[in-house]
Amino acid sequence: MIPAAFDYVRVDSAEAAIAALAAHGDDAKLLAGGMSLIPLMKFRLATPSVLVDIGRVRDLSYIRDGGDHIAIGAMTRHRDVETSDLLAAECGVVRTVAAQVGDNQVRHRGTIGGSVAHGDPASDLPAALLALDATFVAAGANGTREIAAADFFEGFLETALAEGELLTEIRVPKAGDAGFDYQKFNRRAQDWAIVGAVTATVSGTRRVALVNMGSTPIRAREVEAALAAGASFADAAQAAAVGTEPPTDLNASVEYREHLARVLVRRSLEAASA
Amino acid sequence: MKISITVNGQGQEHDVEPRTLLVQFLREACGLTGTKVGCDTSSCGACTVLYEGESVKSCTMFAAQADGGAITTIEGLAAADGTLHPVQQAYHEKHGLQCGFCTAGMVMATVGLLDEIPNPTEREVREGLEGNLCRCTGYHNIVEAVMAAAAAQEAK
Repeated sequence: MIPAAFDYVRVDSAEAAIAALAAHGDDAKLLAGGMSLIPLMKFRLATPSVLVDIGRVRDLSYIRDGGDHIAIGAMTRHRDVETSDLLAAECGVVRTVAAQVGDNQVRHRGTIGGSVAHGDPASDLPAALLALDATFVAAGANGTREIAAADFFEGFLETALAEGELLTEIRVPKAGDAGFDYQKFNRRAQDWAIVGAVTATVSGTRRVALVNMGSTPIRAREVEAALAAGASFADAAQAAAVGTEPPTDLNASVEYREHLARVLVRRSLEAASA
Repeated sequence: MKISITVNGQGQEHDVEPRTLLVQFLREACGLTGTKVGCDTSSCGACTVLYEGESVKSCTMFAAQADGGAITTIEGLAAADGTLHPVQQAYHEKHGLQCGFCTAGMVMATVGLLDEIPNPTEREVREGLEGNLCRCTGYHNIVEAVMAAAAAQEAK
C-alpha cells in the first residue's frame, strides 16, 4: 500500500517545525516516529499534502529531573523511556507502560509525544499520563502553554492541540518506583489493547485509567472514589465500567469490554499493591 | 528527491518520491529483495531491517526518514566469503524456519535483540520477537535458534 503523494519537509528544531506548520496551514501534518501516522497514510485515511518531519529534532529528546516533576521531551522514543533509570526511580509507571507499546521495532521509532498527539484511545501511554495528571507543553507561533492531561484528550484522534501547535514536553509527577501496574489485554502480543487498565499511585492516592473504553483514554473515577471510601480492590473494580462508552468491533462487544475493564482493574489494583 | 543511505556498508543514492517506503527503496531502488513485505501494516515484521543498528519495520518508514543513515539488511549479514552470521548459522542448525517467508525479518530482529540483550532468557526472546509473526507457527525452533545464537556469540 502506497500513501498519496506529499511534499516532504525535514526540520531540525521546534522553531522550524512551528514555522513550517504556519507556512503550510492545515495541509501540513507533523511526522514524528510515524508509527501511527504512516499506517493511516498507507490506508489513505490520512492524506496530508505536506509532511513536516520532526524525527531529527534532537532538542526534544530528553528525560530530565524538573524538580517537582520529570520532564520528558516529546520526541523521546519509547525505547528511551522504557530503559530510563531516572523514570524507573521517579515515575516507574511510565517506563513500564512504554515497555508494552507495540513491539521492539515500533518502540525503536515511536515517540511519547507522537503517541500523545495522535490521541488514540487504544494507545497505552495516554491512559498512564491521564492517571498521573501529567501536564503537556505545547509551543506555537504565540509562545508556549501548558495543558492538563484531563483537558487534553477531546475525542477520537482529537486533542486540545491547536492548528500550528507542536507538543514539546510531557511533565509527570514524581510518583516513585512502586504502587503501579498496567494490565493490557490483547490477542496477539504486539496488538493494540482490546482493553487496558493502568494503576498509579501519586502522593499515596490510587489513580486508575482505562485504555480503549471510550473515544478517549478515561479515568475510572468511580473506582477511585470507591477506593477512597475504603472499598476492597474487588469491590472497587466492580465500578470500572461505570460511565464508559466502549466501542464494539471485531475483537470485542461492549459487554465483553465492560467485563474486561472490571477484571483488569481488579488485577491491576492487586498487582500494584503486591 | 535524492536519498542517500548506506546500505550494508555501500552508499546508495537514488532519486525517489517522498512517499517511497524504506522497503521499496531497498527492494526496488537497491535491488535487495531479501527483505520481504508481508502484512504491509507493521504487524508481521517480515520487513525488519536494522536502522542505525536497531530493528525497524521498513514498511512503516519512509526512505526519506533514513536519508543520511545506515541500514543493514539480511544481505549484509554474511561475510564476504559466504560464512554465515552466527544468527544465520543458528537458524540453519536449529531449523528455525518452515516456509521461510518470515525468516529474513526474524533473523534481523534477532540480531537487533541480541545486541540489546546478549544473554536473553527464553521469555525475553519470546517477548523480544513479539513484533515478528511466523504463520507456519514455527516459533519453537526459532526460539531455540535465538538461544543457540546467543550462546555462540557468548562463546566467542
